Amino acid sequence: MNKQKVLWKIFISTLYLSAFTFGGGYVIVTLMKKKFVDELHWIEEDEMLDLVAIAQSAPGAIAVNGAIVVGYKLMGVIGALVAIIATVIPPFVIISLISVFYTLFKQSYIVNKMLEGMQAGVGAIILSVVFEMASGIRREHNHLSMAILLTAFIATALFNINVIYIILICGAMGTFKALSDKKRSIQ
Amino acid sequence: MILLELFWSFLQIGLFSFGGGYAAMPLIEAQVVSQHAWLTMNEFTDLITISQMTPGPIAINSATFVGIKIAGITGALVATIGCILPSCILVMLIARLYLKYRNITLIQDILHSLRPAVVAMIAAAGVSILTSAFWGSDGLISLHTTNWIMIMIFIGCLLLMKTKKMGLITIMVLAGICNVCISMIGVI
Repeated sequence: MNKQKVLWKIFISTLYLSAFTFGGGYVIVTLMKKKFVDELHWIEEDEMLDLVAIAQSAPGAIAVNGAIVVGYKLMGVIGALVAIIATVIPPFVIISLISVFYTLFKQSYIVNKMLEGMQAGVGAIILSVVFEMASGIRREHNHLSMAILLTAFIATALFNINVIYIILICGAMGTFKALSDKKRSIQ
Repeated sequence: MILLELFWSFLQIGLFSFGGGYAAMPLIEAQVVSQHAWLTMNEFTDLITISQMTPGPIAINSATFVGIKIAGITGALVATIGCILPSCILVMLIARLYLKYRNITLIQDILHSLRPAVVAMIAAAGVSILTSAFWGSDGLISLHTTNWIMIMIFIGCLLLMKTKKMGLITIMVLAGICNVCISMIGVI
């Protein structure tokens, strides 16, 4: 595929995803995974998880960071810029319009019900993607990975622990494991 | 001058909001309400409500909202650029390092223990969206506060995904329309 076509596809996909992503950064990351991993096969599943981890560990909104990292991986700096612009356009336009018609929007019964219903849909999508990814990890038959998955879930879902700490601790665990493996192989 | 102040404020918000979404909220409040009085506390609460009802990250939404109010479309553009500039530079830098060095064993091991954590964090986000859909945002979980219509829509979406190869966004929009129709019937 030629360069312009790929850039156009990145632009259209991220624009579309950003316009419909209600409910925070993880929703857009989930939809990106569906689009770029499952549908277009441009990124591998493991690689996508790494990219999300990068989006997580840098400051800023996850949706924006996710777009940057995917755009950069596919097409370098130009890809990242195209993805950012496409991600920012929908909220920019929508908020500009709403700031004019705010009271009307807030009181609209239909708008409220529509958004409420979409929450249930978003939840269903996230859960199904999570199950796919979790079963991918389960197939590795690695006890440490499963333990990390469960502990990290409990820490974020029940105890509201800031994701930055989880990333740091997991990173430290990985480093520790690498170093102890190395020691063992020397012995 | 005001444009420069907008830029600088949102640059700080972009640079120091780790963890995304709600983590950025107190930072935005400090800059926009306490420090510069660009918004009143009421306007800020409205902004959060709008952010929850519309797509897009809270930081970008507030940059646009505050920018427009203070200095029109130019203000919105300047604030938004300030907000995403730190991400741009840092994320691309880390991505570059990742693509270059990911084959080193140490990096491999670190990434390997990060992956399950990422899945877990996405799962946690899904669960919190669902609890707020099923039981409202007050966090009171009990049988009689359960919104059964939402549970039905949720199950319907799961079935649609399993049986039909339907686009995810189509499913989301269908879920919304479905809820509008059901509540219309309820009104009649």
